[in-house]
Amino acid sequence: MTGHLTALRAIILREALRFVHQRERFVAALVRPLVWLLVFAAGFRAALGVSIIPPYQTYITYETYIVPGLCGMIMLFNGMQSSLSLVYDRETGSMKLLLTSPLPRWWLLFSKLVGSTAISILQVYAFLAIAGAFGITPPWKGYLTLFPALVVVGLMLGALGLVLSSFIKQLENFAGVMNFVIFPMFFLSSALYPLWKMAESSELLYTICALNPFTHAVELLRFALYGQFNAAALGWTLLATVVFTCGAIYGYDPARGLKGRKG
Amino acid sequence: MKTMTALVTILTLAAVPALADEIWVTNEKDDTVSVIDIETLEVIKTYPTGERPRGITFSKDFSHLYICASDSDAVQVMDPETGEILHDLPSGEDPEQFVLHPDDVHLYIANEDDAITTVVDTRSRKVVAQIDVGVEPEGMAVSPDGKIAITTSETTNMAHWIDTETQQLFANTLVDSRPRHAEFIKDGAEMWVSSEIGGTITVFDTATQTEKAKIAFEVKGVHPDRVQPVGFEFTAGDSHAYVALGPSNHVAVVNADTYEVEDYILVGRRVWHMEFNRDRSRLFTTNGVSGDVTVIDVANREAIKSIKVGRFPWGAAFRPTE
Repeated sequence: MTGHLTALRAIILREALRFVHQRERFVAALVRPLVWLLVFAAGFRAALGVSIIPPYQTYITYETYIVPGLCGMIMLFNGMQSSLSLVYDRETGSMKLLLTSPLPRWWLLFSKLVGSTAISILQVYAFLAIAGAFGITPPWKGYLTLFPALVVVGLMLGALGLVLSSFIKQLENFAGVMNFVIFPMFFLSSALYPLWKMAESSELLYTICALNPFTHAVELLRFALYGQFNAAALGWTLLATVVFTCGAIYGYDPARGLKGRKG
Repeated sequence: MKTMTALVTILTLAAVPALADEIWVTNEKDDTVSVIDIETLEVIKTYPTGERPRGITFSKDFSHLYICASDSDAVQVMDPETGEILHDLPSGEDPEQFVLHPDDVHLYIANEDDAITTVVDTRSRKVVAQIDVGVEPEGMAVSPDGKIAITTSETTNMAHWIDTETQQLFANTLVDSRPRHAEFIKDGAEMWVSSEIGGTITVFDTATQTEKAKIAFEVKGVHPDRVQPVGFEFTAGDSHAYVALGPSNHVAVVNADTYEVEDYILVGRRVWHMEFNRDRSRLFTTNGVSGDVTVIDVANREAIKSIKVGRFPWGAAFRPTE
């Protein structure tokens, strides 16, 4: 068990070190959602108010609406970033070193997940602090109730990153991840617009959005930020976490996954 | 024994349901009034009224509710305990808005289609006077000492000053386009009139009936045409006015001493009139197009909830229940 904890600590420390050393990455992770919040939302400004949808109890501005979606965006990009770093590790050989550890592979993957989730959560709170400085504030207890939701969403998106990293062979292919995973997941979700609005324009797009696990992740965060619990969103997010984790364990299984394809 | 007594007291208190104050709202398109429980912020009762209910006010002891049923050409008197319409008062044609004189007897009613203000004795149920005013009268106010009544006329763009002893006009003052609502403040020293199309509030010195200040509004991101001041109410001590800005979906917070606009609060669609709770810590705005009432936390100046009521809520009145 001590070995397990040592590995967990080492992997988290490595993530933390990497994060601390890459200050640009931290700034970039914050700039992206802030541009959406302060530029896009300003241009899109719904001064007359966004219709009431749960968990909101009254009319809200568009800036208020997109904050949970942008928290989700931070976690989505971070999940993909950690996937990118795994591909990098594989190319530089440090992954081989990690995977030769006698500990079970799932534990190593789990440690990696915990590490990247912790970094994501830090970034989300930094973003919320800046949004708060611009006057976009949820109720105070929302900052606390958001935490468990961030853990669940971070694990889900981290697991997705792991699955992807097991399928991407080279760093150059990462652009494909941007085009085929991040953008569709983000835009086909409730992060930027309420789903009823999507349903008005296209029933098909609405159905895709409703099936997108990222939509449920965003809704879980949105409800949690207002101190409410959304059981359906949690159920879908957990289901997606389990599916992605199984995919990652499969992908990293030397008998079937990487090795099989390499061979 | 002491413990026993305390226990009995607690049980007795628990058995008696807490009485919460209420906000009564007229629903113009539904021909109903909705009753909102101020504690739970939910609609607890809905009563049918005459056609197109708009103005709404309670008698001093809150035992009678007066409702302008505009398309029924009547002011209806309702028993708020039962929701039963007790009788109609003669009101002249198309009563839109009214105000109860501090004597608790005389209702001053604006008859929109007839360009007159009708004065009705609520006890004898008779018309006491009819005063010719400008075209399409709407806003009504009475000074706290009861000596002056105001009618604003939407098309003539004037505030008409009525001497309540003689029931005669003694002054007419111009305001901006389409005046909608009037209120006396500071013990009657000032009289404010909102102008919907003009987009302003004109502040008058009551003693001289001269204009003292003009307040304009500007909501960021909203076209000036949509910024249309209508109903307004004052916080405790008359320090601030909360002004409904119609289709801009915002309520403005105006400092009543400096006449500066300090804040804008997002509420429902086409906010029209409003009413405070007992200690004026919460404000309830009627939002016509979205069919709801937004509750504003006055201390934090933020909307905390919007409550669905009937279609096109118009006026609101407060009723204590204890």
